[in-house]
Amino acid sequence: MYIFTAENIIKKYDNYIALNEVSIHVQRGSIFGLLGPNGAGKTSLIRIINQITGPDKGEMFFNGEKLGLKHIERIGYLPEERGLYKKMEVGEQVLYLARLKGLSRKEAISKLKYWFEKFEITGWWNKKIEELSKGMQQKVQFIVTILHQPELLILDEPFSGFDPINANLIKNEILELKKQGTSIIFSTHNMASVEELCDDIALINKSKKILEGSVKEIKKEFSTNTYKVEFTGNIVSFTNALWTSCQLIEQYSEGNVNYAIVKLLHQTNPNQLLQHIIPHVNVNGLQEIVPSMNDIFIAKVSNEKIATVEGLTE
Amino acid sequence: MKKILLIIQREYLSRVKKKSFVVMTILGPILMIGLIFAQFWIKMIPEEKQKILVVDESKLFTNKLENSSNSTFTFSNNSLIDEQNNFFKTDYNVILYIPANIIDSQKIQIFYKKQPGLSLQDYISTVIEKKLEDMKLIASGINANQLKSIKTKLNVTNTKIEKNGIFETKDNEVSMILGFLAGILIYFFIFLYGAQVMRGVIEEKTSRIIEVIISSVKPFELMMGKIIGIAMVGLTQFLLWIILSAVGTTLVGNALMKDDLKIEAVEQTYKSNVPQQKDVFKELDSQQKTEIINSFFEQVNFPVMIGSFLFYFLFGYLLYGALFAAVGSAVDSEADTQQFMLPITVPLILAFVFSQNVMTNPESALAFWLSIFPLTSPVIMMVRIPFGVPYFDLFLSMFLLVAGFIGVTWLSGKIYRTGILMYGKKNSYKELWKWLFYRA
Repeated sequence: MYIFTAENIIKKYDNYIALNEVSIHVQRGSIFGLLGPNGAGKTSLIRIINQITGPDKGEMFFNGEKLGLKHIERIGYLPEERGLYKKMEVGEQVLYLARLKGLSRKEAISKLKYWFEKFEITGWWNKKIEELSKGMQQKVQFIVTILHQPELLILDEPFSGFDPINANLIKNEILELKKQGTSIIFSTHNMASVEELCDDIALINKSKKILEGSVKEIKKEFSTNTYKVEFTGNIVSFTNALWTSCQLIEQYSEGNVNYAIVKLLHQTNPNQLLQHIIPHVNVNGLQEIVPSMNDIFIAKVSNEKIATVEGLTE
Repeated sequence: MKKILLIIQREYLSRVKKKSFVVMTILGPILMIGLIFAQFWIKMIPEEKQKILVVDESKLFTNKLENSSNSTFTFSNNSLIDEQNNFFKTDYNVILYIPANIIDSQKIQIFYKKQPGLSLQDYISTVIEKKLEDMKLIASGINANQLKSIKTKLNVTNTKIEKNGIFETKDNEVSMILGFLAGILIYFFIFLYGAQVMRGVIEEKTSRIIEVIISSVKPFELMMGKIIGIAMVGLTQFLLWIILSAVGTTLVGNALMKDDLKIEAVEQTYKSNVPQQKDVFKELDSQQKTEIINSFFEQVNFPVMIGSFLFYFLFGYLLYGALFAAVGSAVDSEADTQQFMLPITVPLILAFVFSQNVMTNPESALAFWLSIFPLTSPVIMMVRIPFGVPYFDLFLSMFLLVAGFIGVTWLSGKIYRTGILMYGKKNSYKELWKWLFYRA
């Protein structure tokens, strides 16, 4: 079941196409990574989901219903470009923003108490935003985003401006929210956090979606059948043991222990590799080298670049 | 709708609670009252006695210059050079030198230790001029009584004949001034509070809260909420000023001035060292004086004046407020607003400049067009109203202002909703034009 889907979204500015037939599908209760280089169209898409701007073409559904103004109160949005009224007091400000999201004053106050205690910031109620450090402001901003308990949370670079300790606090909060059933669209350039948090991703480049799917499957799809072998024994006999179906990519030693990175060709499997080398060396370990999201991102995006360059020369 | 009320409430409270608002609200009337009473007070302080030593080589004026309450003339028989050399040994403030050929040259000279005030110079030259004129008249065979009968003061009564044959006599100096003041007030209100709208928009943009808010409300709601909220701040301040000023003036007036003093002060303000002005007030008998006061209330058509003032005050501000909001949305800081301010400031300043022209020529074509064009009508129509405006003109002007407000707000809303999301870019008119056609 999808909490949110966008179908064939097109958004144009003048002669520039910001989004070209982009579709995404966000599973209920999952964390969905929206990835792409700067200027790819992520922010345009996020603004369309938040109904800040409208698409030129395409349809969106929230919980199976056509996305409309009534859904605004069920969505929480933490923009990349974010801030608060500097001269306004923390409590008053959070109350105001919560009420704009449809909470009553009473509801908002009781929920705020919970979060202020949880984040240990009860003493800040009467402080002005400009008196807080940047990290503290980010905490307040995060509370503003989630206070009305949105079903769909859209976080654009949520960790920017946090020190590692607070970033971890926020990360745990995100995971906790997911556990409680909140669906999250998460846009970031930090690929490590994508691996850690996301269930599914969509990769947008140059206004087009070039990849979508679950992180696990994408990684599998991009695996190159490459293995790292750890062994002791004669390096030359190891090399001699390899046959035409594998390719030695790299080889190095640390003390007595040798390492070889071997790519298996023609659908060879690791069992066959082991059969070939075990008679010659002592194998201590064998490990598949899985591509990181970072590698996939770079490979996919630079591939596109190469493709366009070729396209131009044709 | 509930959300726009929330926005209005925030915009209003966050400004009214500010120290600067409280200070301005209290300081405004104090300054006003202070200015009014300072004027009386200054008039009540006896001016420093000016002792004038006259060296009259023409011998025409000797002992013919009358002393006034604060200047005394003393005539000297010594030469100018002697008196100049002695000047610092005496307590004279000024030496007035009248040359022998005064009638031809028409020149006198004043020597002083400390620069005398303009009023003293005016007084001396008026006195001498008058004496010279009298002398010339007598020399040509006209005596003082004849002169008095020759001097003429005309009284003009303005009567307008309407198409339907009704004669309407108007003597509307007071309401003219009221209309002019109302126009000026609207002008300042628009600038003062329009700029606050602009600053508010820029603040939301630079603090980057804008995107958080417009994920909850429509940009148009935010813009209108801000404009209306600030209008209410302005009205509150305005109302408080009027109340505080009225209360303050009465209190201070009663406390400071006992009856005698009051009359004296009033007369002092009318009197001046310049004799001609003194004459005007003296010429009025008490009946005329009460007439003036009574006619003040008769002349001014208060329901129309107050009604149209509130209308033009409000809609003029709303129209410009939307424009100010659009400008604020198109820039990143107040320093960048300059290029977009021109279309706002030019019509307003033109209205201000032409208001005097309209006052002297209220039924000209210029006055008509300026008073129905929405960007100038709030100021100009207020100036025109005391002269009697045909209902057709008035309703046309009001209709166009409301239509203009709706049109401008609609266009501004389109610029606003795109502009607020454009950071770190210098925009041009061309881009603003394109924004008008973006889909929401």
